Amino acid sequence: MEIPFVVQPRPDTGVYNAKVGIWLFLASEVMLFGALFSSYILLRFGASPGSWPHGLLNIPIGTFNTAVLITSSVTVVLSWASLKMGNFGRYRVYQAITILCALSFLGIKSFEYRDKFSHYEVWLNAPITVKHGDKEAQTDRLLGHIEYNGTHPFFWNTQRLAGSAERKDSNGNVIAALAPVASFKLLPDPFHYTMTSKEMAHAKKEAAGHEHAEIEIKASDVKRLSAFVPAHSTYFAVYFTLTALHALHVLFGALVIFYIWGPGAKMWKTDPNRYINRVEISGLFWHFVDLVWIFLFPVLYLL
Amino acid sequence: MSDHSHDISKHVRVYITVFIALLVGTFVTVALNYMHLDSVPLTIAIALFVAVIKGSLVACYFMHLISERKMIYVILVFTAFFFIGLMFLTLWSMHDFPLHTITR
Repeated sequence: MEIPFVVQPRPDTGVYNAKVGIWLFLASEVMLFGALFSSYILLRFGASPGSWPHGLLNIPIGTFNTAVLITSSVTVVLSWASLKMGNFGRYRVYQAITILCALSFLGIKSFEYRDKFSHYEVWLNAPITVKHGDKEAQTDRLLGHIEYNGTHPFFWNTQRLAGSAERKDSNGNVIAALAPVASFKLLPDPFHYTMTSKEMAHAKKEAAGHEHAEIEIKASDVKRLSAFVPAHSTYFAVYFTLTALHALHVLFGALVIFYIWGPGAKMWKTDPNRYINRVEISGLFWHFVDLVWIFLFPVLYLL
Repeated sequence: MSDHSHDISKHVRVYITVFIALLVGTFVTVALNYMHLDSVPLTIAIALFVAVIKGSLVACYFMHLISERKMIYVILVFTAFFFIGLMFLTLWSMHDFPLHTITR
């Protein structure tokens, strides 16, 4: 049986069916991201002044990733235009660039994630004196990377410092015990997010070029330890929820574009107009993913 | 097909222009951020304004909303209505808990 209106517009809607379909789907996506955005607004406005972490993401990397995604968006629409002009070869090249951009975006994002998983905040029981640029300051909250036995541990938290007597496998056999941590080295950042963005920028500038001494921190002095993971703060919970959901969209969008580009390309010979429509539909999804990032980037990285 | 091709090649120029505008918009937002304006509300307003412009460019030209059929606009009107409703739902609920109580 022939599927109706895959190419011809349906008389009552004026467009082919898949186009109505993708726009209805995108409408539901708007509500999905909209719900998360509005939760973000509520949480951000509800936060007590000065407590909301900011300035902790790498802006040059984020900017570069934005440019990568914008580039992929233009190659998608150019590939569709090439097909419209009957140039299959050029379509292939443009979509290959799209897929490479998608993979770069995800690669760069995972690199950013990796850094967050080994970047920490330490809350101390009593304030200590640290160097912020040229000046000395008293603080009980420090940011930085940790070194322990020559390694840079990931995902540590307060409980990890205490160690655990045993870890069991599925059969209940003890497989490992985590030794308690007596002390660790912290390579402190010269700033803290309780500063205003102006003060933070100044502190970073002052510290540039200065060697930062590692601080030995005793586990008994630590009130709380957390990597920059969702458990750290509402901000990071929001950051990981939104960016991971967006990254999943990038991944699945790239998979669909790759399928149409590779194994699904046979249709270009048998039913070119339907093929062009498939490219258009996958493109609409891709542009939506780009559009979401256009809002995510300033909201999470800059504000 | 030749008229049609000519039409499309005109579109291609538009796509490239939009692409450049999007890159410029991105760098404007980032550059403003490095200037550290004293007024936080102004910073937020400018960043969101540029994002809205960029988003509209993508929607209008890359997603072809500038010349779409009525059916698609109808879907989008409903979407916009419920999206705005969604934003106001949380605004209303802000009075349900004391302000500045989320500490981390």
